[in-house]
Amino acid sequence: MEVEVIKGLKFQKKQDVAIVGAGMTSFKRRLNETGRELNYYAVRQALEEAGLTIDDVEIVVLGSAPDAFDGVHMKEEYLSDGAGGFDRPYMRYFVGGGTAVFAPIAGYFHVASGLADVCLVVCEEKMSSCHPHPQSAFKYIWDFFLDRPLKPNLIWIFALEMRRYMHVNNVKHEDIALVSVKNKANALDHPCSHVAEKITVEDVLNSEPMALPVRRLDVSPPSDGAAALVMVAAHKARHLTDEPVWVTGVGWSLDTTWWTNRDLYYPRYAAESAKMAYKMAHITDPRKQIDVVEPYDPFDYKELHHLEGLGFAKKGEAPILTKEGVTQRDGDLPVCPSGGLLGVGNPISAAMGVKACEIYWQLSYRAGKRQVAKEVSTGLCQAWGDLMQISTVMIMSNKR
Amino acid sequence: MAVGKRKIECPLYAEGTAVSEEDIKTRKVTHYEDHPDIRYSWTAGQAISRFLNGLKEGKILGVKCDGCKRIMVPPRMFCELCYKPIDGWVELKDTGTILTYSISYIDPDARPLPKPIVVALIQIDGASQNMAIMHLIGEIEPEKVYVGMRVKAVWKPENEREGSVTDIKYWKPLEG
Repeated sequence: MEVEVIKGLKFQKKQDVAIVGAGMTSFKRRLNETGRELNYYAVRQALEEAGLTIDDVEIVVLGSAPDAFDGVHMKEEYLSDGAGGFDRPYMRYFVGGGTAVFAPIAGYFHVASGLADVCLVVCEEKMSSCHPHPQSAFKYIWDFFLDRPLKPNLIWIFALEMRRYMHVNNVKHEDIALVSVKNKANALDHPCSHVAEKITVEDVLNSEPMALPVRRLDVSPPSDGAAALVMVAAHKARHLTDEPVWVTGVGWSLDTTWWTNRDLYYPRYAAESAKMAYKMAHITDPRKQIDVVEPYDPFDYKELHHLEGLGFAKKGEAPILTKEGVTQRDGDLPVCPSGGLLGVGNPISAAMGVKACEIYWQLSYRAGKRQVAKEVSTGLCQAWGDLMQISTVMIMSNKR
Repeated sequence: MAVGKRKIECPLYAEGTAVSEEDIKTRKVTHYEDHPDIRYSWTAGQAISRFLNGLKEGKILGVKCDGCKRIMVPPRMFCELCYKPIDGWVELKDTGTILTYSISYIDPDARPLPKPIVVALIQIDGASQNMAIMHLIGEIEPEKVYVGMRVKAVWKPENEREGSVTDIKYWKPLEG
């Protein structure tokens, strides 16, 4: 059933919002630093780039995934000092993997509404505390009665979705594997990367089977890490830099949690979230008007699935863009130039470092070796999460 | 101020000290370990209790909504689209069609299974389009499963059923 999600929303804001600094830590399978220390590292870099100190920060947003990974309840309190969160309004936002873009969206409302002029957004994940494998915490995502008695692994959901996508659109695994090859190679240029490597399609197809069609190299690794962004009002941005990056649109949407009742071949939630962001950013043809994209890529097929949901390709046609090299860093539509989650790593919410932070760096021409070849003015980042039914989108532009 | 310079490459530096599982096992890294032992018992609520009790009797129950005309499974007490109470219960068939499937080599803790199992989304006969449940497929070589395959539930003997989705052992190919 088609539902007009954005009906009735009013996109009125009190002031324009710019991003002026970003930072992130290394993404690794296991880091010795605590979550607090990781937050501190990421925040220090973001403030350094912005030319601000913690005293300039008026409000703080924290994004972090289930407490079960860290083994501490209300971890926003535990993490607050590293995030610069005390003695000022501080709140945690959490929508699973979608947090990587939802936390900056929350930062956006705090500034756009006029509540604050300087907002610090911090995302942290410490997945390695749950050991030997964080998969054991993912068990508790499943429905008590319908799913858990079958002893599922979280990968099942993605394997079922990937098969459905391949079946309906007649897509081959080798076409999907190209995404993993591209992103892991892109990540070689990222100083923070966890699993950057030069691999081939055959390597992906011959890697260890997890839940077929998903194999080891189709999946991003669980990582530890943190990331931070500084968002400011227009009048503050003017004092800080000649080249701020503006947030021009935000959107998010949630599909039903009765996930076995949806046709998994197409991410309707991604389409709805994009529709909201496009309406706000006055985008009518994303393929022409957006120059660089960081869609959420925890699995190689998800990059393709999301590109289709976001309207960059027709249903079933994202693999063609990939095959033709359009999505390479020197292509016409660079996708995941950072190396994405598949290459840099997947510390759930801290994936903000390769999604929102990367788009900011690309649009401010600070991405170094990762900078895309074409001239860029508008970029989109997207994240996905919960029980695979939420999508969060942010559009940025270096032109106001 | 330090901004506005195109020469800056970001991120400015990669910070963080990688350690391995081995470093923890051999106590090279200072750490503290605990194994929380918390038990839960979750009540199944109105709709799922009735669904699970139905399984105990060898029946798959769904619900219908006269607003959107859907016949839904798993059952629920309210229609999330029409946002109103459901209009009744219906008994569905114990046959269905595979919408998608996976061959799993790993258990819930990502440990290897002794032999791979097949899991599928099965659209239940008698329910609306895409109304599927997740369940296991058996009595077939994993590589012979396909999307669109017709399957039938294999029930546990009546005296072994306990009101759980595992009262159906698995689904097997429906011949003919």
